[in-house]
Amino acid sequence: MQVFDKKIVYNFMKLRFASIGLSFILVLGSIVLLLTKGLNYGIDFSGGTLAQVKYNNNAPIEEIRNALDVNELFKGASVTEFGDKTEVVIRFAAISDTLSNDIADVLKQTLSKTGEFEIRRVDIVGPKVGGELRQKGLMAVLVSFALILLYIAIRFEWRFAMAAIISEIHDIVIVMGAISLFSIDVNLDTLAAVLTVLGYSLNDTIIIFDRIRENIKSSKSIKMHDIINESVSSTLSRTTLTSGTTLFTVLILYYFGGEIIHGFSLALIVGVIAGTLSSIFVASPLLMWFNFSVENYRNKELSKQKAREEKEKMRLLYEKGQV
Amino acid sequence: MQITYRLYVLIFVSIFGIFLSIPSLFSLNWGAKINLGLDLQGGLHMLLGVQTQEALKSKVKSIASSFNYSFDKEKIVINNFKSDDESISFEVLDENDYAKVKEIINEIKDLQIEQNSSFFKITLSEKLKNETSKFAIEQAVETIRNRLDLFGLSEPTVAKQGEDNILVEIPGVKSAEDEQRAKDLIAKAAHLQLMEVDKNKADQANTLTNAQAAKFGDIILPDVKDSNIKYVLKDIPVLDGSMLVDAKVGFSQQNNQPVINFTLNAQGAKIFADFTAKKIGYQLAIVLDGKVYSAPRINERIGGGSGQISGNFTVEEAHDLAIALRSGALLAPVKVLEKRSVGPSLGADSIKQSLSALIGVFVMIVLFMGFYYGISGIFANIALISNVFLLISIMALFGATLTLPGMAGIVLTVGMAVDANVIINERIREMIRDGHSLKDAINDGYKNAMSAILDSNLTTLITSAALYAYGTGAIKGFAVTMSIGIVASMITAIIGTHALFDLFLGKIQSSNNTKLWFGYRRN
Repeated sequence: MQVFDKKIVYNFMKLRFASIGLSFILVLGSIVLLLTKGLNYGIDFSGGTLAQVKYNNNAPIEEIRNALDVNELFKGASVTEFGDKTEVVIRFAAISDTLSNDIADVLKQTLSKTGEFEIRRVDIVGPKVGGELRQKGLMAVLVSFALILLYIAIRFEWRFAMAAIISEIHDIVIVMGAISLFSIDVNLDTLAAVLTVLGYSLNDTIIIFDRIRENIKSSKSIKMHDIINESVSSTLSRTTLTSGTTLFTVLILYYFGGEIIHGFSLALIVGVIAGTLSSIFVASPLLMWFNFSVENYRNKELSKQKAREEKEKMRLLYEKGQV
Repeated sequence: MQITYRLYVLIFVSIFGIFLSIPSLFSLNWGAKINLGLDLQGGLHMLLGVQTQEALKSKVKSIASSFNYSFDKEKIVINNFKSDDESISFEVLDENDYAKVKEIINEIKDLQIEQNSSFFKITLSEKLKNETSKFAIEQAVETIRNRLDLFGLSEPTVAKQGEDNILVEIPGVKSAEDEQRAKDLIAKAAHLQLMEVDKNKADQANTLTNAQAAKFGDIILPDVKDSNIKYVLKDIPVLDGSMLVDAKVGFSQQNNQPVINFTLNAQGAKIFADFTAKKIGYQLAIVLDGKVYSAPRINERIGGGSGQISGNFTVEEAHDLAIALRSGALLAPVKVLEKRSVGPSLGADSIKQSLSALIGVFVMIVLFMGFYYGISGIFANIALISNVFLLISIMALFGATLTLPGMAGIVLTVGMAVDANVIINERIREMIRDGHSLKDAINDGYKNAMSAILDSNLTTLITSAALYAYGTGAIKGFAVTMSIGIVASMITAIIGTHALFDLFLGKIQSSNNTKLWFGYRRN
């Protein structure tokens, strides 16, 4: 079976102004969302207590809220449905840091009038731990950025590295925007999702860049515009296939993976879509605008290749004992 | 039929992978297994902060105890002997004793002495403080581990984390009662002290304030059963739990109540014997974690270094207390910084759901690859399946923990393995389209795909390395899974499929049916 079979070069770069414009709007929208609605930090990062309570019948959310409001400890607790109608998640800032008296018992007492239930999970994160996590999460992202920049600059060229990183930031901002939009809790696994998006979208970008690098050496044209179009077109079937299967996978995870990884998989869905499109419509046009000189790069690469061939020739001669 | 080194690699990793993933897949009792993270199997996860400040206080107290004993023994007359949280102070009445006093003090290393004529003040040096704090943390890890082991829980992990934190993970703690019991056991300081009841102040127990008592070098502590009953005790203990070698549950001969019989080490036994010989008629209070359990009268010298703690215990309480005493006191109390408990039912749900989702995805991808790429798609599938086995087996060898995010990591690496094969197959098709022979198409297809696969995999590895370096718990698990998955997929997707092409090269060339072999019709 073939999808993109014929050797057609699609003119993707014709769309570059429109696509960058759209990206710009999305990024701007995400930033506005992050500034106004903000992120919903889960207890991993903000500290506090989270209790998951399963009722035998439907959970009476109103009654639970009223019961909690009476107790000073649980003032301002948030009560949300979790997965289905019988289960709720309760979050509040108070924590018990001693081993003996347990906040779960107090909660049990407070909720005793709301019906038959079982407390399935109680998580407590102290403020110190949350702060450390925030720092470390940010560090993880920054360090991987720096390392990736370095790697691409060495393997390709600094302009490639810049374009890749900008399109990375673009993807991450959009994913964060989506996390804010869908009110996904920012927890450790959400962070893992964001970092996965980073890895995935980079993977996508690199596949296209690799093709561009190859085509610079062999293309008939010396216009970056044409080379990018050629490269994106010839990798198009791979891009569609891989993004398709990955998207399919995260969709399945989203629908069947259970409540716990809902946020995780939703962030991934947005990330896969953004990552795929950005490698074509953001990273590649950026490469054009960075004034990339095809000729210089080609000559450099060719002379590298020549040197390699020379060396090889010498080696062969040497092996035959002629030198 | 071309048999190359690649085929041996494929066969080796397949056998290796399948054989070593058997224990994990069927949860057998031999070989290395993947540990399920707490989020998958349920249990208790706690991050405890050690309050080293308290360890320093009790260090000062125990130094004071030993001075007290030595001055007594050397018949040095001391006045105003006091110790607070940071220092020990006393007055030496006879100046001929100064040298001897200094000698006694210098027996303990790294103390700072301030002498002002007959007044002495002793504090801990920075070095000793650091050593004490460090020791307190190590000892806490050791103690908690011992207690949990004695408690008979399944494979608890207790490990130091960061500067002064301890990570405790107890899988399979199923009920709230179990959790409470485990927590109580960890929380018990089990600090045993034998203290002399101040005979002269006994009648003022309910009128003295703590501050007043401190002036006389005394301390007021409540009774364990009835906190209205108070005792005035000499602040500096006769001896403490650090000299304890054993504690066992027994039953008292009078009323058949559970009691705890303890045994002291040689030094403790000697101090105990000397003290009881000298103080016949006095009361000796047995104090545990700041509560007086009993204060029996001393009728005779007690040699042999054994004693008994009675109190209204249930058998279970006595048992847990004996464990706590036996495993040693916690030099410093611990605070809960983070606690996560996951009900096992939740774990079972998550495992089932995620697993069925993953298997569904896997089957779909396998079907699709075969449909789209023909026989080369089937090659890719063989590589994919051996990749999954290889991933499981390597994780088992590393003793890695599988967490929920880790599972997502598996999904992603499987996705990347598919990607590598897609890239390779697309390249082969391109070569065929450009009119190359099938043999060249396969070999050059691999060659051309290589740099893209390598670059993309390496950058993903870089990302997961950063994650591993800065992540905690679940994130670390995710990073480990991803790294192992990438390495495994490079081996299987590149070398493994190539081996199969080598093997069938003759057949491919003779049939020349690109539709069948590559899912691609030549124009």
